[in-house]
Amino acid sequence: MTRRWIGIVVAAASLAFAGTAMAQNFDDPKEFEASKQLLEMKPQGPEGKPWEQNLGGKEVDTSQYKKAGPYHICFSNAGVNNPWRVVGWTDMQAQVEIQKADIASFTAADAEGKDDKQISDINAFVSSGKCDVLIVSPNTTAALTPAVEAACKALPVVVFDRGVLTECPVTFVNPIGGYGWGIQTANFIAEKLPKGGKVLALRILPGVDVLETRWSAANRIFKEKGIDVVGAEFTDGDNAKTKAIVEDYINRFGKIDAIWMDAGATAVAAIEAFEDAGQPFPIITGEDQEDFLVKWKKEGLTAFGPTYPTYQWRSPIIAAVKILKGEPVIGPTWKLPQPVITQETLDQYVNEKMPPLHYAMCGCEDMPGYPETWGGKK
Amino acid sequence: MSSAAASEPRKGGVVSVLRKLNIAVIVFVVLYAAIAILQPNYIEPAGFMNFLKRATPLAVLACGQIFVLVSGGFDLSMGALVTLTVIGGSMLTDNDPGNTVWAIGVLYAIGIAVGLVNGFVVTVLRVPSIIATLGMLLSLNGVAMMWSGGSPRGYLPDNLRFFGRYAFRDVPLIGTFPIAVIVLAVVAVLAFWGLQRTVFGKRVFAIGDNPRAAELSGVRVDRTRFAAFILSALAAVTGGILLAGFGGVSVDVGSGLELQAIAACVIGGVQLMGGRGSVIGAVAGALTLFALFTLLNLLGLPQPLKDTAQGVILISAVASGAWRRRRAG
Repeated sequence: MTRRWIGIVVAAASLAFAGTAMAQNFDDPKEFEASKQLLEMKPQGPEGKPWEQNLGGKEVDTSQYKKAGPYHICFSNAGVNNPWRVVGWTDMQAQVEIQKADIASFTAADAEGKDDKQISDINAFVSSGKCDVLIVSPNTTAALTPAVEAACKALPVVVFDRGVLTECPVTFVNPIGGYGWGIQTANFIAEKLPKGGKVLALRILPGVDVLETRWSAANRIFKEKGIDVVGAEFTDGDNAKTKAIVEDYINRFGKIDAIWMDAGATAVAAIEAFEDAGQPFPIITGEDQEDFLVKWKKEGLTAFGPTYPTYQWRSPIIAAVKILKGEPVIGPTWKLPQPVITQETLDQYVNEKMPPLHYAMCGCEDMPGYPETWGGKK
Repeated sequence: MSSAAASEPRKGGVVSVLRKLNIAVIVFVVLYAAIAILQPNYIEPAGFMNFLKRATPLAVLACGQIFVLVSGGFDLSMGALVTLTVIGGSMLTDNDPGNTVWAIGVLYAIGIAVGLVNGFVVTVLRVPSIIATLGMLLSLNGVAMMWSGGSPRGYLPDNLRFFGRYAFRDVPLIGTFPIAVIVLAVVAVLAFWGLQRTVFGKRVFAIGDNPRAAELSGVRVDRTRFAAFILSALAAVTGGILLAGFGGVSVDVGSGLELQAIAACVIGGVQLMGGRGSVIGAVAGALTLFALFTLLNLLGLPQPLKDTAQGVILISAVASGAWRRRRAG
């Protein structure tokens, strides 16, 4: 009897507490304004190679790190637990291949999305003494800060994608970020909709900085422009759940004018809900994922593809080699451009030969092994 | 040996009918009424059909899970097998409708293999099923990730998505009739027949109630356990094909579904330690759980409150079921 009850309670509790995170300040007007300015800046650096460009960056002197090559590069990766990271990780390995004349070894540790594993990965790299430079893509910001600070004392460090709360790395590479995404997407919808137009916001999960800031920026603009946000729902990034939620909202409101998403991986499922309900397609913001771009083109959607480009995985390798050669790099923050896909540029990114979950803004077309290494067909 | 709830002798009288009525059915009616008040179109046949369509994958999973639960085990690998089915379906078909038939065959073969391994680990290696299938869950998730490299390649052709997505339109009286609802009816009837109308079903109840006594009375306990795990895996593959049809390719489509299937069975009166339960209860439990998800979604509550309400209602449903059973003796 007791065992049965324990079983019941465990089953119920596992269902009930799917993990909630406490909010930090993800709605910072100063950051919002700063991102707005970055969006208007013209990128500096080589044309057509956004992973080598920067927005208003300064150079850092790295002569103190200069040593003879070839180099041993170590990389602590937060994980390859979603398609975005898979594409980025493939980019990064191809970039190592391109620069193999300068790189003696490239050792990566996969933290599998766990802070504690990543902390011990970083410690192991530092204490091994076999790394000339350490690249870190942190799993979470606050938890990884002490480990990165400790690593900075032993060797040059490059951080990219998500940040840490210290300026000790030689450089921190990332695109404009969540506020930029929120501004671009919400402006697109607000331009196309009359006042009082109904928007459904679909979000993945709470508590992740880049996602929270995407929403706070978009919500700010929707409020300013008088757009009616009829709901903001978490989908867990699950297609079936997304489709069910959208079906419910269509039933509830009769008509939804636009879908805003904090990440576009489930955009096609959202669109299919309208299809299956026999409703006209909504205005929608997705992402640079191929399945969405293909659908956009095929159905002639009114759509917008913001990006958090995967080409940013190329830049840390470039930075690492430069640092060890003693050449100046952009730092201590290196902001990469964050382009968007619009109706005008859609055709150049649609590629039915690439897998549906491939990210078009990979900057990988000129890399060795393309397209097969990314799962594409020639 | 205690018999299944559904095969107990019937007594007359409204009170006794009410008392015998599965608690999940009552909770479902209450929840569905609440949904219909918030959203009147759920009362219409088309609205109800749409609801059924979405609840079908969970109900199908519950129809498989019940065999393992009643036999005194757990199958925690169902959700991961759903994910593997969806990803495998996209990898095998690669958007070519011509591949669908053999791909479905391969997926069911994988399901049978998973069931066999689960059965082997539980019966021959004597690993408790909760651990054996947890191991299987982790392995299957790993296989799905390795197979796809984290990024499934290829779309699902429309004929594979048919079962989960399409509906007959303009059907007299009800309007639309989703194919998924037919699949649910077939699966539920098969499960009902298998568990409650066959000798095999009686053996499942017997080993769940008292494996030693069953063995002494001549039941091939190991063979029955194997079969239960295989049936559960086949249900998971079916659920996966339905979800692939409904939502398309997704890398974590099945995560958590195994617990939902177990919860659905428990709400429907299936005893977690085995020996008791009915397929009608399991299906009603799945519909109840899905109605709860829908209702909380329609209420637009903040996520933490939704999670809490979900937990409380789940525990109350099961607790009241257990209480009624105790009173009924």
